Amino acid sequence: MIDFAFFLEVLVGGLLAGTMYALVALGFVLIYKASGVFNFAQGAMVFFAVLSFVGFMELGLPFWAALPVTVALMVVVGMATERFVLRPLVNQNENTLLMATIGLAFVIEGVAQLAWGVDVRRLDLGIKDEPIGWLFDNTGVLVSQLDITAGVVAGVMVAALALLFSRTKVGRGLRAVADDHAAALSIGIPLKHIWMLVWATAGVVALVAGMLWGARSGVQFALIGVALKALPVLIIGGFTSVPGVIVAGLIVGAIEKIAEVYVGPMFGGGIEGWAPYMLAVLFLLYRAEGLFGEKIIRRV
Amino acid sequence: MTVTQSLQASERAFAVGGPILELESISLRFGGVHALTNISFNVLEHEVRAIIGPNGAGKSSMLNVINGIYQPQEGSITFAGQRLAGMTPTKAAHLGFSRTFQNIALYRGMSVLDNIMAGCTLQTRASFLEVALQLPRARREETEQREAAEEIIEFLQIEHIRKTQVSRLPYGLQKRVELGRALAARPKILLLDEPMAGMNIEEKQDMCRFILDVNDHYGTTVVLIEHDMGVVMDLSDRVVVLDYGKKIGDGTPDEVRSNQDVIDAYLGVAH
Amino acid sequence: MLYREAGQFRTSYVQDSQLFPLWQDRLGMAVLLVIGVAIVPFTASDYWLTAILIPWLVLSLVAIGQNILMGYAGQLSLGSAGFMAVGAFACYNLILRVDGIPFVVAVLLSGVCAALVGIVFGLPSLRIRGLYLAVATLAAQFFIVWALDKFPWFKNYDVAGVITAQQIVIFGHPFVTPREKYWVVFIIVAALALAAKNMARGSTGRAWMAVRDMDVAAEAMGLSLLRTKLQAFAISSFYCGVGGALFAFAYLQTVEPSAFNIDLSFRILFMIIIGGIGTILGSFLGAGFILLMPVFLNVFFHSVFGKAVDSTFTSALEQVIFGAMIIVFLIFEPLGMARLWQLTKERLRLWPFRH
Repeated sequence: MIDFAFFLEVLVGGLLAGTMYALVALGFVLIYKASGVFNFAQGAMVFFAVLSFVGFMELGLPFWAALPVTVALMVVVGMATERFVLRPLVNQNENTLLMATIGLAFVIEGVAQLAWGVDVRRLDLGIKDEPIGWLFDNTGVLVSQLDITAGVVAGVMVAALALLFSRTKVGRGLRAVADDHAAALSIGIPLKHIWMLVWATAGVVALVAGMLWGARSGVQFALIGVALKALPVLIIGGFTSVPGVIVAGLIVGAIEKIAEVYVGPMFGGGIEGWAPYMLAVLFLLYRAEGLFGEKIIRRV
Repeated sequence: MTVTQSLQASERAFAVGGPILELESISLRFGGVHALTNISFNVLEHEVRAIIGPNGAGKSSMLNVINGIYQPQEGSITFAGQRLAGMTPTKAAHLGFSRTFQNIALYRGMSVLDNIMAGCTLQTRASFLEVALQLPRARREETEQREAAEEIIEFLQIEHIRKTQVSRLPYGLQKRVELGRALAARPKILLLDEPMAGMNIEEKQDMCRFILDVNDHYGTTVVLIEHDMGVVMDLSDRVVVLDYGKKIGDGTPDEVRSNQDVIDAYLGVAH
Repeated sequence: MLYREAGQFRTSYVQDSQLFPLWQDRLGMAVLLVIGVAIVPFTASDYWLTAILIPWLVLSLVAIGQNILMGYAGQLSLGSAGFMAVGAFACYNLILRVDGIPFVVAVLLSGVCAALVGIVFGLPSLRIRGLYLAVATLAAQFFIVWALDKFPWFKNYDVAGVITAQQIVIFGHPFVTPREKYWVVFIIVAALALAAKNMARGSTGRAWMAVRDMDVAAEAMGLSLLRTKLQAFAISSFYCGVGGALFAFAYLQTVEPSAFNIDLSFRILFMIIIGGIGTILGSFLGAGFILLMPVFLNVFFHSVFGKAVDSTFTSALEQVIFGAMIIVFLIFEPLGMARLWQLTKERLRLWPFRH
């Protein structure tokens, strides 16, 4: 007989962890939607963003000063990426670009460590990773305040970005650019400005995701592994769908937690390392564009 | 009188025979788009059959159906008297079909020689292990395929570029190489999708000569899509005319040329 | 002036399709082999043999495997370390459980085991490509390492978790010294590299490249995409498996899953990108570069700054350099160092003339 309250707890915990994955995945989707490039380095950027943020605070900057400084730094990183990595490779096939972003990931990771060192940092956002009192008292379910905050933040960002892409002129321009760079240029869409905007937004998203993850588990190198988790989220949700990211994030988070708690012990644990990937592979075989992505048609 | 007709029975090495390919009531739809509607025609052995029509008429789609790349929702394909349950590209290749593509589908990373030798796939019997260990059968096949490829290279007059990577060649030469690759498979039926697109007069004349030579020399049945009316009239035995996915003409070039529907389609009369 | 083709005529197709048509190349290769087999083992220090040459040869072999899959067949893969792990564990278990099995046979069979696993995880390639396929291979990587770790049978129920690889014994003679291990590795790698080169230049390689470049046309020419792709996965995994077995038995001396993590997969990917994707030479050049860079950095900092530098600093610097080189190569010379070497040879043919 499964303890229902416990199951709910596991489920909710998983869902909320999922929203955190979704936040990381959001950065990927943004870049992909706007430039057609899968930015393998997004995870490294999340890590670099939050590490720099904490680093600036350690150097003496107060919280509300460090924030804009870090955002500015991420924008610079984004622009440098666009200028030195993407622009020279502008007409290459997707495999080449993917490998270039893998190289970029290594560069950013390395620079992060060179600049800020390898120590684990703590990040205190003022929100405690403790269960919400009244919820536990009333239903017996343990849900952390931090997780709830993360969920809300993720929801807000997803909604805002979804609106940006579908309703605004800028959003339309972004989608045009993602589809066909040359065509977008030829109708006068200012590619450089658009990309600056996109990378800045992705940088902000990366920073927010990093801050929430860092507050929960400390700012450490393992954060980059989280980015690898974002891949199944993207596949299940579809690379081009902002709302899909949230749904997929929830699914992956839930499956991961449930697998870990209920199925894992049968195998001695650790299956959360690959379970989301297997799920993603199944999706790839039957519905490659994910739940909400656009179908890709090849013409001969 | 067309060039081929003038090469009449005495000169023509392979006389036109019975139907080798029959298409009945082929209909192809992509969602709401009707690419082909109820198309029926046949191709006689050893003939040169042209498919013509305005842009968007469904000519490439027709070739893709014959080749098995698209599956029609309705209709059937009969090859050499055998009605086929369904066609796939691999099955088509085994039956003796070989083709070129509208947008040039050469193997960009390989040289001309390698591309043409790659066309000999069906004749390769040696397994990877034999190739790895360079056992006699593998070596023999390699030499045989090299000889076959060189024969084609000589025929198409591309000896000077045989070791060049195909992506570096001008468009016209790429098309020629693609023809060479299709020929390497020693096909019974050659499907050519706009083999002369983007060529100048001399190149077109060369291509015409090659196609005729292939048909004359090896008896290969040729089905080709072409826009240049002069080429079509000169080259083909019979012509099929498509417009908006429907067949509007079928017969010898002269018959088709005087068909009012065809004239309307090309001159753009509202219909 | 020395490296000239003039006067060297090939009068048959057999001659023209030789591996080294120019006598200068043949001589060069023979010299290299003689140096490799007879001179290096006696002149190189033990450190060089065990820490540099043996891993270089082994990783070159794995890089060849990765090249077969990614370079020739165009299937993106991030799971090479996982297949290495299969090879290592298979070899360990074969030597353990099959009495008196010759080492070379065990190694080759381990490759076959890895090939079978490779086929299974290569099945998705029939439906998906590019990044999606990379994700599927990542799944393979994580799953394989987890499975080898979790099921104690693989480690023969060893409680410690780190197994020592058995001694290499061929025809009753143990090969334990660095020099002996080097010979074993050198011969196996040279033989398999030659086999790979033969495949790449022959009909097998043409089939792979056809599938890589234009799979629709390949199908229309009669190639079975299923067979060709799975064959590429199988052969590639075979090479990774043999490499993994040698990695464990001739280099690390231990057999543990954690040595075959995702980091190693990335390194192998870098090897082929920097070395030259789709070439056998590139596998060797890339492996050499990736292996030697840390050594070089250490030496550099030692000599310039006098004292030993913090290893985390050098490893971070290493990462930056590798990542940057990937980007630089992809932008300026996507065909890698192998292409640079080819261009050099072409210059040599004309030297001392300019053109």
